[in-house]
Amino acid sequence: MGNTFYNEILTDHNLHPMHKHELQGATCEQEGINPTCGDDLVLKLRIEDGVIKDGSFTGSGCAISQASADIMMELIIGRRPKEALHLGELFVRMIRGEGTEEELEELEEAGALQDVSHMPARVKCAVLGWHTLEKMLMNLKSESLN
Amino acid sequence: MTEQERKEQDEKIRADFPLLTGKYGEYAYLDSAATSQKPRVVIEAEKEFYEAYNANPLRGLYQLSVEATDRYEEAREAVRVFIHAGSCEEIIFTRNATESLNLVAYAYAMNTLKEGDEILVTILEHHSNFLPWLNAAKRCGGRVNFLECDESGRITEEAFREAFTDRTRIVAMTQVSNVMGRENDIALFARLTHEKGAVFVADGAQSVPHLPVDVKALDVDFLAFSGHKMLGPMGIGVLYGKRELLNKMNPFLYGGEMIETVTRMGATYAELPHKFEAGTVNAAGAYGLSKAIEYMNQIGFDTIREREDHLTRFAMERLQQNQHLKLLGSKDPLEHHGILTFVLEGVHPHDIAAILDAEKICIRAGHHCAQPLMQFMKTPSTARVSLAFYNTEEEILRLVNALETMREKLGFFS
Repeated sequence: MGNTFYNEILTDHNLHPMHKHELQGATCEQEGINPTCGDDLVLKLRIEDGVIKDGSFTGSGCAISQASADIMMELIIGRRPKEALHLGELFVRMIRGEGTEEELEELEEAGALQDVSHMPARVKCAVLGWHTLEKMLMNLKSESLN
Repeated sequence: MTEQERKEQDEKIRADFPLLTGKYGEYAYLDSAATSQKPRVVIEAEKEFYEAYNANPLRGLYQLSVEATDRYEEAREAVRVFIHAGSCEEIIFTRNATESLNLVAYAYAMNTLKEGDEILVTILEHHSNFLPWLNAAKRCGGRVNFLECDESGRITEEAFREAFTDRTRIVAMTQVSNVMGRENDIALFARLTHEKGAVFVADGAQSVPHLPVDVKALDVDFLAFSGHKMLGPMGIGVLYGKRELLNKMNPFLYGGEMIETVTRMGATYAELPHKFEAGTVNAAGAYGLSKAIEYMNQIGFDTIREREDHLTRFAMERLQQNQHLKLLGSKDPLEHHGILTFVLEGVHPHDIAAILDAEKICIRAGHHCAQPLMQFMKTPSTARVSLAFYNTEEEILRLVNALETMREKLGFFS
């Protein structure tokens, strides 16, 4: 296939997501929707002692939105909400084509979505999970952010 | 027609379209229901208008403005003949079908509907033939009812009779669905509507580019369509309306060139059609549209339909071989008017469109501005291929092959 952003990392996370399931004992959840695409995600996190101990997502959408959400979960589990928000900022910067090499490294597998920046119509698919995460974490009380 | 003859016809037609032979020449453009490509004669007509006739039409008292006016009014006459309307007074130029439908909703529906009145729309409608009615109904204390189709996209007389109530005042129906491609029997439904004393509004955006449309034979009260879907420029559209209805209506937009006299206290309005064309008009666009009509007449609807039906059959026969692909609508290629909407198991339509783009194939994916229909079909979105007479078998083979290998590329079976 010609030059597309559907690389192996993306297709693998889309078809075989690790974190697409229900989550027992979730402490917070948030729905995110792309009305124009019909992408619909529900994120759930279990935050204990200021750390994201576990997380999951359910819903449906295109390969980009699904893979991006799965990669995001992989990346944020085990981190503090503050760190997760920081990664979200880096991700959005990368998708806008403004990220640096160091930032890209920090994003690990999420860097596989870098080329989506060339396809403006699909940017909202890639960032849906991250925006939903941001909304959820910002809604938490400030003490749990630290 | 032999294969050789078809190829020669392909080349002859495609040579008329600069985009199909230019930088994007190797792309298969399969999104003509969104907007058609433009033949050279149309592109040059817009340029010619500004180079040779440009002045503000309908106002000037000098020769140049008279010429601009002539080009504009000749275009109106070309449209009148094309859709077999009785009078140029019944041809209103707008920006597009959306504006035409809004004009009827604001200037007719909102001024005539009473509390409790109903508007009947079909589940097949594009948002532009649904939201204006919903808005009008809400403002008047009325409601919109839905007329549903069967699985193949067909609207039956029985369903119509059932959905039509004694409070139905307006029926709004597309002639050809932009999702299913199926043609509704407009003449029949207009007749049934009139028997009950209601008004019939047809959306011709997807029909006028593909079939001969005769407003007198159909006996519709209003017909809306866009220039840009029928080889014309963007920004010019048409509303046909029966004179007696248009005469009774208030203006839609108020401003210049739609008045007779204005005083500090009020105004009297211009005669048809100018009453509905406030402000400086898109004369170059209208001139371009007249050239599009001329070009379509030159190719002829016989050739247009033969080519589009042939390509549709060619595509359907091959797409049906793909066991993971499901085509929506009728099984009969003649019921599609070049529109083939489908889903591919396990692959989101937006991913289909993106992967096809990498293969230089342009298709539409999403809800096609018909979300109630998507809900009715229980799918958030679909992929849509829409053909025009300038497409070729070779383009369709490329599409079929790309769809054949798509699931594999996305990691299925691995």
